[in-house]
Amino acid sequence: MSFEQALPYIFLLLMGVSVLVYATLDGFDLGVGVLLPGDNVEYRNKMIASIGPFWDANETWLVLAVGILLIAFPQAHSIILKELYLPALFLLIGLILRGVAFDFRAKAVTGLQRLWDKVFKAGSILASASQGFMLGMYVMGFDYHWLSVSFACLSAICVTSAYAYIGGAWLVLKTEGDLQISAAQKTRIAGWITALGIIAICVANPLINSDVAARWFNLPEAFLLMLIPLVSAALMIGTDIYLKHVPLKNDLACWVPFASVATLFFLCLLGLAFSFYPFIIPNKLLAVEAASSPKSLLFIFYGVAIVMPFILLYTLFSYRVFKGKTTALEYY
Amino acid sequence: MIETLLLSRMQFALNISFHYLFPSITIALAWFLFYFKLRHDLSAHPVWMRIYRFWVKIFALSFALGVVSGITMSFQFGTNWPGFMEKVGNIAGPLLGYEVLTAFFMEATFLGAMLFGMKRLPNWLHTLSTLLVAIGTSMSAFWILALNSWMHTPQGFEMINGVAEPVSWMEIIFNPSFPYRLAHTLVASGLTAAFLIAGVSAYRILKEDSKLAPKLALKTAMYSAALLMPLQILLGDLHGLNTLEHQPQKVAAMEGLWETQKGAPLILFAIPDEESRDNSAVISIPNLASIILTHDKEGEVKGLNEFKGKHPPVKPVFYGFRIMIGIGMLMLFVSWIVSGLLIRKKELPPFWLKTLFYMTFSGWVATLAGWYVTEIGRQPYLVSEVLLVADAVTDIPPANVIFSFTVYAIVYILLLVAYLHTIFYMARKSSKVEEFETKDVSMTKPFNHLERIERLSQQSNH
Ligand code: HDD
Ligand code: HEM
Ligand code: HEM
Repeated sequence: MSFEQALPYIFLLLMGVSVLVYATLDGFDLGVGVLLPGDNVEYRNKMIASIGPFWDANETWLVLAVGILLIAFPQAHSIILKELYLPALFLLIGLILRGVAFDFRAKAVTGLQRLWDKVFKAGSILASASQGFMLGMYVMGFDYHWLSVSFACLSAICVTSAYAYIGGAWLVLKTEGDLQISAAQKTRIAGWITALGIIAICVANPLINSDVAARWFNLPEAFLLMLIPLVSAALMIGTDIYLKHVPLKNDLACWVPFASVATLFFLCLLGLAFSFYPFIIPNKLLAVEAASSPKSLLFIFYGVAIVMPFILLYTLFSYRVFKGKTTALEYY
Repeated sequence: MIETLLLSRMQFALNISFHYLFPSITIALAWFLFYFKLRHDLSAHPVWMRIYRFWVKIFALSFALGVVSGITMSFQFGTNWPGFMEKVGNIAGPLLGYEVLTAFFMEATFLGAMLFGMKRLPNWLHTLSTLLVAIGTSMSAFWILALNSWMHTPQGFEMINGVAEPVSWMEIIFNPSFPYRLAHTLVASGLTAAFLIAGVSAYRILKEDSKLAPKLALKTAMYSAALLMPLQILLGDLHGLNTLEHQPQKVAAMEGLWETQKGAPLILFAIPDEESRDNSAVISIPNLASIILTHDKEGEVKGLNEFKGKHPPVKPVFYGFRIMIGIGMLMLFVSWIVSGLLIRKKELPPFWLKTLFYMTFSGWVATLAGWYVTEIGRQPYLVSEVLLVADAVTDIPPANVIFSFTVYAIVYILLLVAYLHTIFYMARKSSKVEEFETKDVSMTKPFNHLERIERLSQQSNH
């Protein structure tokens, strides 16, 4: 295969990576929004402070993922967004509401702060659930049959709880004291809901989708593939045990829950990719068929190759600057 | 599909207009912030820090609104204009991609450092972050305007099987209208930010905030506007001449000229009528349009009748153009008088403070008017001579678009109200927003090195 022929696959990989980074990074800050308590201002302030310097850049990974879809697979971009017109609208409204609530709450009249916090939470839930719903419909090939729609609703719940799961793990990493303990408890609950959701999806998907079943239960790959669910289960159980013991002495290995949930996200995406590769729209459109002109792909590939290292570098820089336990957000 | 077309256009216009309100501020406000920070670093005078702290918050708020409405924009192409990506996606896609890669990540990441990193970063690194955010916002403008300009004056491509394929990226990016549009838009942002700063500062002074910070901010903003406005007229003129070369039908609509004429008059005001193809209630200056457009008193200017059936709707282009120019003239007049008063060390009389306050958002009006001239002037094409708007639109049911349009409209109106409310609320509470030292210090020589050393040593004694 020549380099030009390989380009669509390179871009498919790049898109997978940006989706994964997006789900992990914006996942945690959406999750923190989902977990926002109604009754404790101090917790709310701390929780929101823990994502303050990051949420904007995190969201940019969504722009990149949608951008790559648009640039590399324009036909798929049109089909997906046309089929998901209304869920995409709700996703956007959710993102708008939480993005602005974040900034308004810091500056708004004190009486309105509570309201903005509610908006922040509602926006986070709306955005997470819409993403889950969109994912579900995508997996079902945009078939608006009641069975597929129920599957998409299940996926909405699962993604929302998965974001709460990683958001809670982030809080265990970034906070201390009572807030950390309460976050650990909530993370456990979110973890259990996520586990149930994942199991339900793993059962439902092959049942509805016979091609997927054929892939997953085809020996000898099946043995290798069994690793994905096994490692996932081990990670979730390990995380749960850790969370049960929070706070640990000297906050030992407080990064463990976050790292293992992030790994879990990676495994889930890997499983999904395995189910549908090399289709860009399940069973309908191959990635190569939808790819744009090699000249355009090449031009943007240079850009990615040159710029991506810098992006990673300053992303690391920003996480380093704000490492450690969260302090109050101050604009100076 | 007519309804879907009309609704999609309304929705796109609503979304881009709302989005652009915020970049039109942030692009230049970021540079103002860098200037404030730099003045602080050079003079170590706390007043610059106060100005910085006040405006960095308004920046953060505007930026957030720009980001969330921008994300909406990047979904629009797929949801409502699939034909756009199918036909010219090979060109539009990479340009949008470069914007994400070179601008969005940089500005979003360093924004975090700039807003919350002052205590965690060494000062130079914080100033550098401010600079990088400013570069990032200008880079955004660079790429998106390259695309937009290419849509007006496309080149550097060939059509293969009805799809545009890139031939030369240099020609695509540096297409004929791009340099003019970029320069004119950046300066427009400078004016928008300058009048915002001046207006809010004037409001504070009117509310009897007697500190140095609003006065100094107002002065900086007005001097900038006084310098930028003549530049903007020059750039606008060049931009118009370029348009005359590539899109003469747009200029004819801007000028409201129906018949091709030698020695065409400049129409200051008129009511154009597309039915009778004539103007009524005309106020005009003889020969001036020919002088401006051809630099010759008897030069020939093409009229709309040359382009019958192929020119844009006249009224919005004609009126939009006059709104932009009118506000531009007002800006010139006000910024020069106010600067004159300030140079002669006069306290600004309440009349001028009020004028500045009323003009707080005049930049928005001029900018939107200018964009409407530009974009409507391209009708009926989406990409000049390449793609018709009608061929790009989606085929989803109109009811869906009505629903999304309504939701966006409601959300945007609420956000705009909240935004305006918050800005003036912050202005009233300015001392809480910007002060980290309660004593107001007067400034003698901001660039005086000795004074700076003295102050720094005082600070370290605390
Ligand atoms: C503060 C904002 C502002 C001000 C005061 C002016 N403009 Fe402007 N103008 C813009 C903001 C703007 C803009 C919004 O940025 C546009 C839309 C597209 C573009 O490139 O710039 C624009 C477009 C635009 C166009 C249309 C270009 C096209 O064909 O697409 C022309 C001919 C001018 N301008 C000319 C002028 C002149 C002669 C001015 C002198 C008073 C002027 N503008 C003041
Ligand atoms: C720079 C990037 C821009 C791109 C790629 C772009 C592209 C488009 C597209 C796809 C349409 C829809 C087709 C149509 O109705 O004509 C459009 C129309 C329009 N755009 Fe832009 N635009 C850009 C910038 C702007 C800005 C900054 C504004 C104003 C704030 C603006 C104002 C409008 C308006 C008012 C219309 C509707 C015109 C009409 O329907 O008659 N555009 N443009
Ligand atoms: C169709 C046209 C447009 C699209 C698709 C678009 C897309 C976007 C997106 C996705 C963002 C968010 C970036 C982030 O996540 O950080 C954004 C922000 C931004 N856009 Fe646009 N945009 C368009 C038009 C414009 C125009 C015409 C300008 C200016 C000339 C502009 C300037 C900016 C700037 C400076 C930002 C940074 C955020 C801010 O300043 O508020 N955009 N845009």
